[in-house]
Amino acid sequence: MTDFLLELRSEEIPARMQEKARADLASLFAARLEALNLDHEGIESYATPRRLALIVRGVADATTAMTEERKGPRADAPAQAIEGFLRSTGLTRDQLVERDDAKGGKLLFAVIERPGMPAPSVLSNACQHVIHAFPWPKSMRWGEASASTESLRWVRPLQGIVALFGDALVQFEVAGVKSGVTTVGHRFHHPGPITIGSAADYIEKLRACHVIVDGAERRAIIAVGAKMAAGKAGLALIEDEGLLYENAGLTEWPVPLLGRFDADFLSVPPEVIQLTARVNQKYFVCSGADGKLANAFICTANIDALDGGAKIVEGNQKVLAARLSDARFFYETDLKTRLEDLQPKLEKIVFHEKLGTVADKVERVAKLARWLVTENIVTPAKAGGQSQAGQSPETLGPGLRRDDEEVAKLADQAERAARLAKADLVTGMVGEFPELQGLMGGYYAAAQGEDPAVAEAIRDHYKPVGQGDDVPTAPVTVAVSLADKLDTLVGFFLSDERPTGSKDPFALRRATLAVEILTIVSGLRYHLESPIAFGTKRYFDQADQRVRSELKPDSKLEFSGTPWKKLIAVDPDDDPEDPPVEIGGSFFVNYWLRYSANRALVAGVPGLLDFFADRLKVQQREAGVRHDLIDAVFALGGEDDLVRLLARVHALQAFVTTEDGANLLAGYKRAANILKKEGFDGTDAGTGANIYAAEPAESTLIEALNAAEPRAAAAIEAEDFAGAMAALSTLRAPIDAFFDQVTVNDADQTKRAARLALLARMRDAVHRVADFSKIEG
Amino acid sequence: MILTLHDYWSARGCLILQPYDMRMGAGTFHTATTLRALGPDPWNAAFVQPCRRPTDGRYGENPNRLQHYYQYQVILKPSPPDLQELYLGSLAAIGVDMQTHDIRFVEDDWESPTLGAWGLGWEVWCDGMEVTQFTYFQQMGGFDCKPVAGELTYGLERLAMYIQNKDSVYDLVFNDAEGNGPVYTYGDVFLENERQMSKWNFEVADTETLFDLFRKAAAECENCLGHGLPIPAYEQAIEASHIFNLLNARGVISVAERQAYIGRVRDLAKGSCAAWMEKNGWAA
Repeated sequence: MTDFLLELRSEEIPARMQEKARADLASLFAARLEALNLDHEGIESYATPRRLALIVRGVADATTAMTEERKGPRADAPAQAIEGFLRSTGLTRDQLVERDDAKGGKLLFAVIERPGMPAPSVLSNACQHVIHAFPWPKSMRWGEASASTESLRWVRPLQGIVALFGDALVQFEVAGVKSGVTTVGHRFHHPGPITIGSAADYIEKLRACHVIVDGAERRAIIAVGAKMAAGKAGLALIEDEGLLYENAGLTEWPVPLLGRFDADFLSVPPEVIQLTARVNQKYFVCSGADGKLANAFICTANIDALDGGAKIVEGNQKVLAARLSDARFFYETDLKTRLEDLQPKLEKIVFHEKLGTVADKVERVAKLARWLVTENIVTPAKAGGQSQAGQSPETLGPGLRRDDEEVAKLADQAERAARLAKADLVTGMVGEFPELQGLMGGYYAAAQGEDPAVAEAIRDHYKPVGQGDDVPTAPVTVAVSLADKLDTLVGFFLSDERPTGSKDPFALRRATLAVEILTIVSGLRYHLESPIAFGTKRYFDQADQRVRSELKPDSKLEFSGTPWKKLIAVDPDDDPEDPPVEIGGSFFVNYWLRYSANRALVAGVPGLLDFFADRLKVQQREAGVRHDLIDAVFALGGEDDLVRLLARVHALQAFVTTEDGANLLAGYKRAANILKKEGFDGTDAGTGANIYAAEPAESTLIEALNAAEPRAAAAIEAEDFAGAMAALSTLRAPIDAFFDQVTVNDADQTKRAARLALLARMRDAVHRVADFSKIEG
Repeated sequence: MILTLHDYWSARGCLILQPYDMRMGAGTFHTATTLRALGPDPWNAAFVQPCRRPTDGRYGENPNRLQHYYQYQVILKPSPPDLQELYLGSLAAIGVDMQTHDIRFVEDDWESPTLGAWGLGWEVWCDGMEVTQFTYFQQMGGFDCKPVAGELTYGLERLAMYIQNKDSVYDLVFNDAEGNGPVYTYGDVFLENERQMSKWNFEVADTETLFDLFRKAAAECENCLGHGLPIPAYEQAIEASHIFNLLNARGVISVAERQAYIGRVRDLAKGSCAAWMEKNGWAA
């Protein structure tokens, strides 16, 4: 048992690739050793900017020797067959063994000894194989060998290989690099060669030469060092896991250093400073005692500088000052233009080739956001963060008093916020840092004196971005965020740009989930169909307008034989002799044509509601709801009030674990099974009790149903699904008694039909709550 | 500093060339880089190239962003095995002390959409500031580089700021500090230039004229290609690329059009490179 060390030294490996490369090296090597039958006790792997290293612990000295037996032809088989077998096994006739077969004849067997291969040659094979098969996300050719495109590809030029089995060199050569026993230390602290004795001294020898081989150790050094540097300055480090990895991937000998920037730069929004520091310079930032961003940063040098890092800090301070000066330039320039004045620029940005410009989108979203308020879907009172089982959309209206003034104000704010929400896309700051979209809009809106609710809505209208993100509850924000996402969904579904499989380039799944979460968290009551229909109408209205303005009055465009003017009810001026005119490109025209051809399309967008249902199922499954319960509720179909849908799912989830729930399910299953077995289709349903003398258990069940049905119906009406289920659970005892005492399959067809119908009635009553046949157990 | 670099690279086998006399966005556009990166012949050269990046103009108000600056370019084909050490040697030669400064090779995959070129390498950081672009060319004009060339692009102003320890590029001392004459700073030479050129790039340049120039350069490039003249054709591609950058700075190219313009310039550059390959009898 011996340890094996492999080090692949190259020019600097990108930080973001190191962790995966390290894992790949271990798993590829393990797989290769397994294929070659070389036993070992475990594999460790390491990555620094300049090396990938692997230590295989407890490698066997050789692969296991094996004896392989192969059955050949009969001993008296034709010579040709025997010769073929000899060729395939590489043996001679006298080396074959004869054995009796079951029929009394003789069979030939080849017994091939495969001796164990010595570990070094297996390791050499494995190294070469792994290097050639290594899955770098991006790789390159270099040097003289690159005159051929077949030369070895590596992440950056490969400079050296150390391969030691115990203290013995494992010899091989890859792309002109010979394996050896020497490596190099830190680029500046210890540039000369270092001889490695074995895996045992590798890590410590490198440490002595200012290289920390283990990335986890480098991360710990940075984390602790940065915290201490901040603490020493009376500040708190703002931790950032991503930066830890990145800086550990950029250093072999990390030294965190604290620097300062001019406090005047704190006039720039803190998010901007943090982003500039992180993205451009890979610096950590700190907060002061007041919890606000402090004028300090922490960079991670890759050297113990002779002067203690004074020059390094000074240099980094200059760089950050220049970066912040640029950020401030953008910020101050942006502040000079009011958001509404950026509208003309939005007209030049294509949102999507089939969906028009960003300005077009803003127009639609503004209308939809206002509509969500005027339709009482988003209300001043309701979007307060409370999820409550309120009134269903059907009963909402006169019964609930709304302060009209408040609604009007909210509607104005929603529209205003929607109109300004996308303006920051054309500001200098968002051009430089796209991830600041929304946030900068919020700052600029506040700076130009918009209502705080409007500024907040502009800031947060992209939220929630995926599961776990903050979910806005402020009414204005909810209206704008919902409208923005619904408009996107409607548009892409109208133009058949739906997600397929793993492809979802426009993040429609995320948008759908966002709509659902916003709706659920604020307890918004509405039928999804309505805003979808309204949103669709906005696309067609824009198409209509565009067609009217773009088409020349004398255009001969027609659709299905009808001239365009007739379709939009302008005086027809058609000459049937002229062929239709081709008008290229405009998405609006395509919509308009579809709209004109089938105005019924306005009523809905094919597939969108099902898509919502699918996403909600996924979301609920991820939230831990049993998938069979979700299926049981969704199987009812026709429900597009998300809040009510979920109330049902949650009530069902609570109910099935109770005794009542178990009872109801058991009774239901018995009834459903019989109905299934008897192939009862319900067409001859009727209450047979009137035409023959019902048995006592039968009567009891009928009475129980008569009592339970209206109670359940009333509970469902009141959206008290738990109550409905409790009412139905009273059927368990009568059902059991019924099965015990009554023969369903009576010889009298009248009785049989009536009893089956009774069971069907029970089943149908349960189905008003959920499709219990989907529930497992 | 330039003289030191010339000495250093000349001693290591590089031809010392002069700047290309056209407006271009980077030293990579110089024919000594773009065209010479193609084909099998060894090629080692070093030169200074003035660069113009209209959108980087800051009216002379940013301490290190300029719309006109100087790059020092070294191209070595095939890339030598000790290119990193050679490069660090050149930093030492111009006075960068690597025991007190923090030199880092930070991933930067270089790609020039307008040249149809890409390579892998790093931006070299000195105390957090990018001072050099270090690239192993993999493709140029859409053709695989066989063999691969190594390209070093030094930002001369930024390096000078380090060596002279200045906070602003405009404070750099331009003439021999030990001489007896008056001191001329970078600002004395270029500040007014930056102010006026920024204004022209962003606000004044006549866009109709620019659009017209772009069309004419593209047409002339095609004309040259029609006559089997890759070098003049490539010059027109350089011209078109710069005009596109000016239009971009004027903010008159929409996002949708942008891709189309970049594609147009790339086609011109690729066409020129293809003609150059053909003229030299090199297979793709």
